[in-house]
Amino acid sequence: MDWLLKDWFSHYNYWIAIFLMMIGFYTVISRGNMVKQIVGLNIFQTSVFILYISLGNVAGGSAPIVREGITLFSNPLPHVLILTAIVVGVATSALGLALIVRIKEAYGTIEEDEIREVDRMRESVEIHIEDALQDKTLHEDTPR
Amino acid sequence: MTALAAMQLTLLVPLIGGLLIALCGRWPNLREAVTLVTAAVLFYLVIQVFTAVELGGSEAAALYVELLEILPGLTIALHSEPLSILFALVASGLWIVTSVYSIGYMRANREKRQTQFYVCFAVAIFGAMGVAFAANLLTLFLFYEVLTLSTYPLVAHKGDDKARAGARTYLGILLATSIGLFLPAMLWTYFVAGTLDFRVGGILEGKIGEVGATLLLLMFMFGVGKAAVMPIHRWLPAAMVAPTPVSALLHAVAVVKAGVFTIAKVVIYIFGTDFLLDVPHEVIAVYIAGFTIVAASILALRQTNIKRMLAYSTISQLSYIVLAVLVLTPLAGMGAIIHIVAHAVAKITLFFAAGAIYTASKKTEINQLDGIGFRMPVTMGAFAIAALSMIGVPPTGGFVSKWYMIAGAFQNNSYFVLAVLTLSTALNAAYFLPVIFRAYFRRESVAPPKPHGEAPAPMVAAICVTAALTLLVFFLNGPLVNFEQAVLGGP
Amino acid sequence: MIMDNLIALLVIIPLLAAPLCLLLPARWSWLLTTAVSWLVFGLTILMLYQVDSQGILSYHLGGWEPPWGIEYRVDALNALVALIVAGIGAVVIPYARLSVRAEVAADNSAGFYAAYLLALTGLLGITLTGDVFNLFVFLEISSLSSYILISQHRERRALVAAYQYLVMGTIGATFLLIGIGLLYGMTGTLNMADLAERLQEVEQTRTVYTGFAFIVVGASIKLALFPLHWWMPNAYTYAPSVVSAFLAATATKVAVYVLLRFLFTVFGVEFSFRSEFFQSALIFLSVAAVLVGSALAIVQINVKRLLAYSSVAQIGYMILGLALLNLLGLTAATLHLFNHALMKGALFLALGCIALRMGATEISQLRGMGKRMPITMAAFVIGGLSLIGVPGTAGFISKWYLALAAFERGWWPLILVIVVGSLLAVVYIWRVVEVAYFQESEDQSRCEAPLSMLIPTAVLALANIYFGLDTRLPLYLADSAAQLLLGSAP
Repeated sequence: MDWLLKDWFSHYNYWIAIFLMMIGFYTVISRGNMVKQIVGLNIFQTSVFILYISLGNVAGGSAPIVREGITLFSNPLPHVLILTAIVVGVATSALGLALIVRIKEAYGTIEEDEIREVDRMRESVEIHIEDALQDKTLHEDTPR
Repeated sequence: MTALAAMQLTLLVPLIGGLLIALCGRWPNLREAVTLVTAAVLFYLVIQVFTAVELGGSEAAALYVELLEILPGLTIALHSEPLSILFALVASGLWIVTSVYSIGYMRANREKRQTQFYVCFAVAIFGAMGVAFAANLLTLFLFYEVLTLSTYPLVAHKGDDKARAGARTYLGILLATSIGLFLPAMLWTYFVAGTLDFRVGGILEGKIGEVGATLLLLMFMFGVGKAAVMPIHRWLPAAMVAPTPVSALLHAVAVVKAGVFTIAKVVIYIFGTDFLLDVPHEVIAVYIAGFTIVAASILALRQTNIKRMLAYSTISQLSYIVLAVLVLTPLAGMGAIIHIVAHAVAKITLFFAAGAIYTASKKTEINQLDGIGFRMPVTMGAFAIAALSMIGVPPTGGFVSKWYMIAGAFQNNSYFVLAVLTLSTALNAAYFLPVIFRAYFRRESVAPPKPHGEAPAPMVAAICVTAALTLLVFFLNGPLVNFEQAVLGGP
Repeated sequence: MIMDNLIALLVIIPLLAAPLCLLLPARWSWLLTTAVSWLVFGLTILMLYQVDSQGILSYHLGGWEPPWGIEYRVDALNALVALIVAGIGAVVIPYARLSVRAEVAADNSAGFYAAYLLALTGLLGITLTGDVFNLFVFLEISSLSSYILISQHRERRALVAAYQYLVMGTIGATFLLIGIGLLYGMTGTLNMADLAERLQEVEQTRTVYTGFAFIVVGASIKLALFPLHWWMPNAYTYAPSVVSAFLAATATKVAVYVLLRFLFTVFGVEFSFRSEFFQSALIFLSVAAVLVGSALAIVQINVKRLLAYSSVAQIGYMILGLALLNLLGLTAATLHLFNHALMKGALFLALGCIALRMGATEISQLRGMGKRMPITMAAFVIGGLSLIGVPGTAGFISKWYLALAAFERGWWPLILVIVVGSLLAVVYIWRVVEVAYFQESEDQSRCEAPLSMLIPTAVLALANIYFGLDTRLPLYLADSAAQLLLGSAP
């Protein structure tokens, strides 16, 4: 039991990160709804944030504030880094959602398979029109 | 003007000519005058280079110019040696004749897009000149591709589906072989030899094993698709959809000659004949060439269309040259070189005659030719002379080359080559003589709806010139032999 | 002053100009963007001279010493990639004015140029920085702005393409972030040079291996290595023409650079290629990319998509050169970065001209274009020849080196792959050429593109020929870059 506690549960922060990562990743892959995909993407990114933040923790260290008597404190750098990554993540979500709004306006749906269907329909309509036009010109060419 | 400048101008002149032709497109007379003048100037320039090399001395040795250095050791450079001058002479000389003929043909048949035709023709000659004077394989490859691309519009000239399909086969096979085999072979050569320069005695000796050398030789042989060694011959019959002057260009002036010329260059200046003699499996290449000669002759026997028959005859005749080069004796090599000239003038006569018959009577099949010798005596007379040259009967050029080839094969005791030469001579006779027989000894079964005589004057004139050249090669082979002795007998 | 802060200026100038674009009146935005991108190009050339004369340049941002502060570190490889980015950026921007007017909604044009400048900032930042986290930030700047750029086309499919790219791109970037985090966890540093040193002590740990895997996969998504390429054809097809040209010529190149940097500088050759499996996997994937990409290009009916698939194949050549792991191969890979930027730039710009006149880039639209738009089509043909690798064009040079590298290794089948790839390229380029030159259209009138679009197209096309004949500059840079990368190799 000891090894289980020592090797597995002591690294629970990593387990949480991996768990979240997989949930997010799976959501992105499996869902056809674009908003759900963005949510998945967010969870995916958040897991990385947690990974970074927990990396910076030093066992027994206090908050990284310089004060007398404190010699052991957590590494602040990952926290600062992840602040940047969070900003990036927010920007990505915002842009993704903005695109989804525009897609909804243009297509009337945000389901990927429906969008594909709409595009295919239009393509085939275009081909039909082109064919019809060609037939017409052919008939015009041949003398009656 | 120095010979060096003349050599560089041979590349520039056809290009400028092409540009001027494009500009004069609106005035047909001016356009064709430009074509003829350009051809004449080009021929004059090649003669300049020729005399410089023939006289020898310092100027001949210095006929080398480096235009660009692309990568260290990889240059675009030109030089002249007897073999290249011979090819340049053939191409530029026959360009004049072909231009005269084209003018008659294109006008009489009211072809479309004539300006495009003359421009592409000039660019093709530019490519041929580049191939002739290339100082290394890379330069040669570059111009080889120029030649391929510039002849595509010529082959597709008619613009209908059949022409386009034929042209696509033409381009597809030539590009695929050159990129798929020629280029890798070149790369391999560069990798083992560290250079691509044409050098007397070759650059590969001692740098590549026997199996490697054989493989490389085969890669070159098939990679140079223009030499039409079987099974890379399909493009030639496919390209028969082109107008006759184009066929003449393909078969006699530039394209196929560029192919066999490249193979000759590779064998003599890349491998070196001495080195190849030590490669036992080199014989495989000889067998393939021999097979091509016989197989193509048999196929020619079965053709009913004149031009297709001539196309298969070309395939077989090209392999004569390849075979003779690969016999690797000086005499056979001489035969190969003379055959480049002899075949060029004879085959161009045959195509001109076929074109003249088509222009005058719209006949394209052999069985329609009954009694045509009486309606078109000059054309058919020239046809007969050229056909005799193909068979190898004196007093024609074909006899001289075949003589040297046989002598060369004896030097080497290659009985296979002798057998092939004999057999193919019989086959050549078997498909050419019936045509002549029909033309002179059969009566017309039905009178043509419109009685006709000879084709337009420019065409007949061109035919007479080339037929005369066919005879001339026989009578004047001495200087030719002396000139080319340098290639095979060392520097 | 300028010379001292040259490297920082390269990033700061476009970064500051981007918001300015939005603040200024709309008609100024194009002018400002043009001025800035040419200025950046000029500065890049200056930087190139400095690198040439002084060797590796190191700039400490804000005066903080590395490894604590952010360091910008420029050697021959960065300089070459920066030259590609800035050069293409400068050449395409004069072209953008009319093309953008035709393809982007009018009220968006200021935003378009702002996003363009941000993309330029991001791409230059990635190339110049010597700090792995900074690299991630710049990667995201360039990615976010390129999502915006792609979505700007009037056609609604551009939105979906941009969205798909966003999802894929974010996953790729996050993978990189994870990898960087793991490396940081093991070494406590983010500076590339410092990382390279410290990684040697801990290189056998599983964490480092995991980080390596994350970084390689993340970079592979960004550079569209087969089979992670599927976002690319859509993105390039539906993006505005200028954006296709700009991104095809620069963004994937920068991503390849990121992979090169991590594999060779940060991890080091010995670590990266310790297992033969990784090398053979890379070779396998790149061979698959060459063959599948080229084969898929043949069956496309949209020429832009055709070129996008051809890019998949060309990236295969680059990775192949990388994976051959000898000096010639790396030279080929870096040369191909440069040459491929030239050819794809020229091809996409030529297509943009056609899109401007015909409104679409389906292959049937090109009928008779050889006569109607002779200069544009000539540029397309030159770009196509270069793509095939015909001697006399830039494409030949990189393929030549690649083949020599394969020869040196003695891996014959790879030569065959290169040859087959070239032959397939002949087929797909020829399809376009045949339609354009040998099929007649009903409308025979001339409709050549306006001069401001024609000149950049022609410049890039001629550059393909120029750098196919005079190879000194790219060869010198690529050769020194390859030597640097393999410097630690045995």
